[in-house]
Amino acid sequence: MTDRQDATLVMDRQGVDLSAPFGSTVLPNPLSTAAGCAGFGRELARFTPLDELGTLTTRTVLLRPSAGLAAPRIVATPAGLLNAIGHQGPGIERFLARDLPWLAERGVRTVVSLAGERLEEFAELAARLGGQPGVTGLELNISAPNSADRGLMFAANPAISYDVVRAVKEVTDPALPVYAKLSPDAAAITEVAAACVAAGADGLSMVNTAQGMAIDLDAARPALAAGFGGLSGPALRPIAVRCVYQVHAAMRAGRMPAVPILAMGGVRTGRDALEFTLAGASGVAVGSALLHDPTAPLRILDELRAELAARKLAKYTDAVGLAHRTTTKDSDD
Amino acid sequence: MANPVVARAEVVGSRAEGPYRRVTVRCATAAARFRPGHFAALAAPPGAEDVLRRGAAILRADGDTLDLLLPDEPAAPVLDLIAPLGTPFPLPDAPACALLVGEGADAGPLLALAERLLDAGGQVAFVLAAPSAGRLYGAERARELTPDVLVLTEDGSAGLPLAADTAAALLDQALAAIGADLVYAAAGPELLAAVSAVATGRGVRCWTALAADTPCGTGLCLGCVLPVRDADGVSRLVRACTEGPVFDGARVRWADLGRVPADLEGARP
Repeated sequence: MTDRQDATLVMDRQGVDLSAPFGSTVLPNPLSTAAGCAGFGRELARFTPLDELGTLTTRTVLLRPSAGLAAPRIVATPAGLLNAIGHQGPGIERFLARDLPWLAERGVRTVVSLAGERLEEFAELAARLGGQPGVTGLELNISAPNSADRGLMFAANPAISYDVVRAVKEVTDPALPVYAKLSPDAAAITEVAAACVAAGADGLSMVNTAQGMAIDLDAARPALAAGFGGLSGPALRPIAVRCVYQVHAAMRAGRMPAVPILAMGGVRTGRDALEFTLAGASGVAVGSALLHDPTAPLRILDELRAELAARKLAKYTDAVGLAHRTTTKDSDD
Repeated sequence: MANPVVARAEVVGSRAEGPYRRVTVRCATAAARFRPGHFAALAAPPGAEDVLRRGAAILRADGDTLDLLLPDEPAAPVLDLIAPLGTPFPLPDAPACALLVGEGADAGPLLALAERLLDAGGQVAFVLAAPSAGRLYGAERARELTPDVLVLTEDGSAGLPLAADTAAALLDQALAAIGADLVYAAAGPELLAAVSAVATGRGVRCWTALAADTPCGTGLCLGCVLPVRDADGVSRLVRACTEGPVFDGARVRWADLGRVPADLEGARP
C-alpha cells in the first residue's frame, strides 16, 4: 500500500469514514497493536493481514540485544495478566537488518517502540530509525527504568519526560510522528502529558501497564520471577479510560496543546474501542487481547464500524471526545 | 512456523484414558496440517475471566478430526482453539530405528509419531515412564505397535523401578539393545535432560518435546522461553511454543531452565 493510498479517505460499505489522525498524518483506520503484544509482526501475520491495520506497533527495541528476564514471566490474574518479560529482543542492529525490512516489504505501517536506560539511548535509537523505509512513527517507551534516576521510570517525572522527547525530536525528521507512551502509575499524568507535548511529542500513547504483583500461594513467593510485573487486560481498562479522559479534558480546557491520543488497555471489542474514543482517544491499540485472539484487530474494527453506524456517526473522528460534551466540570488530577 | 487456524471446533467424542480425557473435535483444516508434535492452544470458555490460552497436546488426526489430550472433560460443546501450533518432530529421510521415550501424559504425541515411523518402514521401541502405574499413558497402544515396550515407574507399581540415579543407565541399555539411530522424547525436563545426555554420549540425535506452559501458544507473549544453544553457538532464550516444543536435546541448556545464564546473548551482568 502506498502513502498516497493511505491518505485517501476510506469510506467503507457502511458509509463510515474510519480514517484517523496519527500525529499530523492520516491513517486509513484507528486500529493499532500495543507494543509487546504483536512482536515484530511475523507471528501475527498468520492471523491478521498486517497492512490492514492502521499501524502495527512493535515490541520495544533497545540498542543492544536483551535476553530479558527469567521465567515465570507471565501470570494470569482476574480479567488480566501480569508480565515481566524484560524487553527481550535482538537490539537495533538486527531489528534494522532483519525485522524492519520484513515489515516494510509487506507495506505494514510500522510504529517502532523504543526504550533506553539513559536519555541518550532514546536519541541514538531515534536517529538510527529516522528515514528507514516502513517506519510510520516512533513510540517512546518512557515507562522504562531510568538508570540516571535510581531506576525510576522516565514517565514518573514531567521534566525528565520532557528531556527524553526533546532529545528525540532534535534528531528526527519533523514529519515523522513521535509518540510518548505514558504510564498510569505517574502521580500526575496530565503534567507528564503536557511536558511531552511541550517537548514536541506529536501524540500520546496511553497507557502502559500498571505495576502489579501476584503471589504463588503454594510456593509462598512472588508468582513472577521478577517479583513485580505490568498489569494489562480488561482489569486495566477503567484506569486507562480515566487517564485518556483526564488528558483529553486538559487539552479541551486549553491547559495543553491538543495532539492525538492513541489509547490502549484491555481493548477486546468494538465497544471497548468506542469507549476510549468517547473519552478522547483518536486511535485505539489492541494489546493482550491478541494473546487470546490473534484475529481480534479486524473483528474489533468491524465492531467499531457497526457501533459508529448505529450512532449515525459518519466519521470515526466525530466520536472523539464525545463524552466530554455534557461535562461541565473537567476534572484534573 | 506452523500454519495454524483459529477455529471453533465441535466436540464429537470424549473418553477417559487413565486420569486424562481424549477429546475428539472436528476441525478439517487443522487435521490436514497436523504433524506429530504439534499442539493446540485452547481458550477458556466464554464468560471466564482467564484472558490467556492453555496448550493441549494433539494425539492424532483422523480425517477431519483431531484428538486432544485434556486434563478434564471440556466445559463446552464447542472448543475455541488455535491449531496446529509449534514445530513438530522431524522425520528421518530413510527408514530408521527409533527409541521413543515418554513420561506420563507427555508421552501422548509419541504414539502418532510411532505410526508414521512404522508407515515409513522404520522400527520403534518405547520407554514409558510415570510416577505410578495409574499415571502411565499409552502403554497399551505402544504394545500394539511394537513388542519392544519398557515400562518404568517410580513406585515400582508397573515395570521396572525408576529412580533419578538409575534413569540414565536404563535409557542407555534400551538405546544399545535396539541399536537406535535416533531418539524421540516427550517428558518432563529431568527425564529429557537424562535422555539427551545418554543419546549424545552415543552420538545419537535426540529430539525432545518439552511440556511447557504456553500462555498464548502463538509466539506473541514470550512467556514460555527456555535457554537453547543456537546453530551459531550462541545461547538465546527461545519460545517453547514456536521454536519448540520439539528441540534438538543436545542444544537445550537443561541445567539452566528457568534461569538467564550469564553467557546468554543480552544477559544482564
